[in-house]
Amino acid sequence: MHEMAIAEGILDIALDYAARNDAKRVGKISLLLGEMTGVETDALEFCFESLVRGTIAEGAELALHRIPLMGRCHSCGAETHIEHYNFLCPSCKTGQLDIISGREMQVEYLEVD
Amino acid sequence: MEVQVMQDILGKNDQIAAENQVFFAEKKIFALNLLGSPGAGKTSLLEKTMAALKDELRMAVIEGDLFTSKDADRIAKYNVPVIQINTSGGCHLDAAMVQKVLREMDLDALDLLVIENVGNLVCPAEFNVGEDLKGVVLSITEGDDKPLKYPLVFKESAITVLNKVDILPYTNFDMDGAKKDIRMLHPSAQIIEVSCTQGTGLDEWYDWLRQQVQAKKQRSNACE
Repeated sequence: MHEMAIAEGILDIALDYAARNDAKRVGKISLLLGEMTGVETDALEFCFESLVRGTIAEGAELALHRIPLMGRCHSCGAETHIEHYNFLCPSCKTGQLDIISGREMQVEYLEVD
Repeated sequence: MEVQVMQDILGKNDQIAAENQVFFAEKKIFALNLLGSPGAGKTSLLEKTMAALKDELRMAVIEGDLFTSKDADRIAKYNVPVIQINTSGGCHLDAAMVQKVLREMDLDALDLLVIENVGNLVCPAEFNVGEDLKGVVLSITEGDDKPLKYPLVFKESAITVLNKVDILPYTNFDMDGAKKDIRMLHPSAQIIEVSCTQGTGLDEWYDWLRQQVQAKKQRSNACE
């Protein structure tokens, strides 16, 4: 249940940026979550809801945007969506795919009043 | 009003992990973050390692555990410095927990620090603690489907130690299939088969540790 730690990270960032912008309320928090991140989104939302009570982010919507797991072949340079966690290049069949996206866990933007 | 952020959610952890990493580089210590399910044999592997290498490598262990000091007590019998971190129910170690105990340890004359994480194949994979490498222990009784069920931990681990191979004949564990899945996830991963109770395969594990310790010393010296 590391979703609590992730929810805390999100709230810290949101409150920090809200304060910097003199916001009275956080309405929405947009998140980028890579396909290969171990985040259970229901658990994350549950943790987040319980954490934000009494803060200016209470009731804020978490908007989750999934980022596909993409790789670039170390040998032939081909870029591809990594299917079934197979990190061998489907083009040249010999190279390893280096992850170029899909491990993100970021706060993208906030909507504040 | 929209406020652009683009901040890593675990950025604070990563920042502390980077500090720990600098610290390990200064001390020329190879730090291994050892992962695996409860009961996979992480502590057993360390007990064997401490017994076999304690006159050769200067080692210390950080033990992550929810509530008890059972694992630390097992390691302490080998006269190796060990520090217990109790996460009080937390499912993983984070970089700040490790940093806190590093301050209490005498790390000046160490070659190898093993950080045994909380038994869990999910959460610890997301939290760097400043280690040089992660390694995972997977035991035969857990089943050959685990690499694909918990891909991140196997993707992140430079070495997979398949433990309890002595009981292979009594299980339906598909060794070739498991290795194929691990290699698919991490084509350059080292995979070794051991039995901590029978003592088989452990020389390969010790050699891997020796190589990593050596490589870390060379990297650290090159940076000076």
